[in-house]
Amino acid sequence: MVEDPAMSAREDILGRIREALRKPAPFPGHGHAPTAATTHSPAPPPAGARSNLHGSPVIPLRPSVAARPWLPPGGVTPAEQWDRFRTASTELKTAVEEFDSAEAAHARLRELAGEQGWSGIASHRAPLTDAALSALSALQLPTLLTDGGYPVNDMEKCSVGITECDALVAQTGSILVTSRSTGGRALSVLPPHHLVLARRAQLVPDLGTALEQAKARYAPHWPSMISFITGPSRTGDIERILVLGAHGPKQLTVFLLP
Amino acid sequence: MTAAHQFLEQARRITRDLRHRGLIQTALRKYEVKRDEKKLAFPDWESARQAAAEVKWDAINHLDSYLEEFVARLEARGTRVHWASTAAEARDAILGVVRDRKAKSIIKSKAMTAEEIHLNDALEKEGYEVVESDLGEYIVQLRHEPPYHIVFPAMHLTRDEISDLFHRELGSAQTREPEELTMIARRVLRQKYITADVGITGANFAVAETGMISITENEGNARLTAALPRTMITLLGIEKVIPALEDLALFLPMLATAGAGQTLTGYNTMYSGPRQPGEADGPEEWHVVLLDNRRTELLADPEQRDALHCIRCGACLNVCPIFRNVGGHTYGTAYSGPIGSVITPHLRGLKDWKHLSGASSLCGACTEACPVKIDLHHHLLQNRRNAVVEDAPVLERLAYRLFAVVANHPTLWQFAKELGRTFQPFHRWILRTKLDPAKAWTATRDVPPMAEMSFKEWWRTRQ
Ligand code: SF4
Repeated sequence: MVEDPAMSAREDILGRIREALRKPAPFPGHGHAPTAATTHSPAPPPAGARSNLHGSPVIPLRPSVAARPWLPPGGVTPAEQWDRFRTASTELKTAVEEFDSAEAAHARLRELAGEQGWSGIASHRAPLTDAALSALSALQLPTLLTDGGYPVNDMEKCSVGITECDALVAQTGSILVTSRSTGGRALSVLPPHHLVLARRAQLVPDLGTALEQAKARYAPHWPSMISFITGPSRTGDIERILVLGAHGPKQLTVFLLP
Repeated sequence: MTAAHQFLEQARRITRDLRHRGLIQTALRKYEVKRDEKKLAFPDWESARQAAAEVKWDAINHLDSYLEEFVARLEARGTRVHWASTAAEARDAILGVVRDRKAKSIIKSKAMTAEEIHLNDALEKEGYEVVESDLGEYIVQLRHEPPYHIVFPAMHLTRDEISDLFHRELGSAQTREPEELTMIARRVLRQKYITADVGITGANFAVAETGMISITENEGNARLTAALPRTMITLLGIEKVIPALEDLALFLPMLATAGAGQTLTGYNTMYSGPRQPGEADGPEEWHVVLLDNRRTELLADPEQRDALHCIRCGACLNVCPIFRNVGGHTYGTAYSGPIGSVITPHLRGLKDWKHLSGASSLCGACTEACPVKIDLHHHLLQNRRNAVVEDAPVLERLAYRLFAVVANHPTLWQFAKELGRTFQPFHRWILRTKLDPAKAWTATRDVPPMAEMSFKEWWRTRQ
């Protein structure tokens, strides 16, 4: 039988790993008691796993979950969370605009289209974007929908990419998009202006919650890409001076709808 | 010239280059201010570090099962996984894909592992055009230089140098505005994304639980690299695995804060497969290349295994007094600074790279800065010890033997002192010349005259 070289590389590497791991390595932190348990299934029962008073095992937290209170907070009350989201957005130079009604948002969209001289719009099919596009239709701008595929050159010519999002993250001022729910991989990075239509209820306190929510919504049939967008595209590669719009959008705008 | 000689020579030159020093100090001072500010947003940075270290410990100490889990999930979604024991195997795997697809141009987003295996050279030698899309990487690529720093590849250049470079290579008008310079690169690179057949990326994390890789970047260049070309290739070291998706909620902010003084990096993106049915775009096929390249040797050393916890944030470079003085290129390695000095002897051989263990004042600033608590400065010490055990320098050993004998015998000690006192005045004649036996020391230091009287003698006169 001919041996598949790829298979043998796999077995070689795994073999070397197993051999190497026969000697245990000290736990990090110089005798530091474990923060919580490292319990993901392949691991042996951790030193820190304890039983509760009734003798049944406490389900130990992963250290990364136990660490949540030590990370930058996302706020407890909605007011705190909005406050964080706005502060982070200002710092990141994400424009956040709030509206009492969809009509008001649509009016502002038409205004923006004029102000910025939009020459083409790229978007995708979803309730919020559909409504926005029909409100913009009077302007008769070339409009590209990404659903089902599109010519890249056409998108490159669009002035704006309008998308929905999966979540807004208070802790970091991030916007969660995916390749399934928000028009594919390129729509939120190729046009020079990314405009997000979000509902207020989409705000979550932190990254952990956003990931949990995404898991509940998608696992195991994940969109092939999920991305936290935190501010417009940026670089500091020239003398550490901040420049927006390195490759992706120079402008990121979030419209908050009821 | 050996790597050690080259290090010394280059270090000698760079440490005297005041322009270089100014540039690095300004850049890193900006970083420090931001990092300190962002660290304050953590209610308990130290505990967060401990948790991060524990997650990585778990991942690395059960690497076989997590890797298998990661790969099984990737494959289940139509991704082709290649295992590469060596740099050559990884290059071959990538070249194979590129050849099969009859690719003409390749767009690449930042990947230190690609530097490690000299991927661009290999691709260019075969006649493929490879374009780096990260702005800093693009700049150093145009200069035919390796990146200066694992996170800030072009931090050693001024805007004027970059403007000259663009003028020369791209024919653009001279400008002093970083913004305009960035836009020049943006225009050139946009066309490259659209025409490239293959996109190559690195990865910051590999999530076992969900079979995803995670890429952290600020510019959106990796997002585009993973969106437009028909074929996507991702190259990553086997140590990148983390157990669970929720671990990212811990690592992403820590990486951003420690690495660049940000709350979160601009784009943090998780990929779990090629374009799926019903999706608008994305590559038709995705190849993931898992690289060992002697990482398993580091794994086999329990004392230094934690060096595999590294998330390549660059914090240890930024705080290292040696790095800040000798600069990134002096190391002559893909990974520079303290972490590079620790792992390079494992990845490329102790014999040729042991001098890096000496490129440290052992101040411990690196260990303190590391978000995953790698015991960096002790590992440098351990590498020094290992180097001596492996290949003891005969002369040095003899010298210490002799010293031990003299120091253990008061009469000999007394005699040696007298000798020194008698002959020191003559030392002046050969000071810093080839005849000077202590030249390595005296070249940059003054030799204080020996006291006319030792404490013992002085005490005797007092009695
Ligand atoms: S060793 Fe630690 S500080 Fe240095 S790059 Fe790696 S994670 Fe960052």
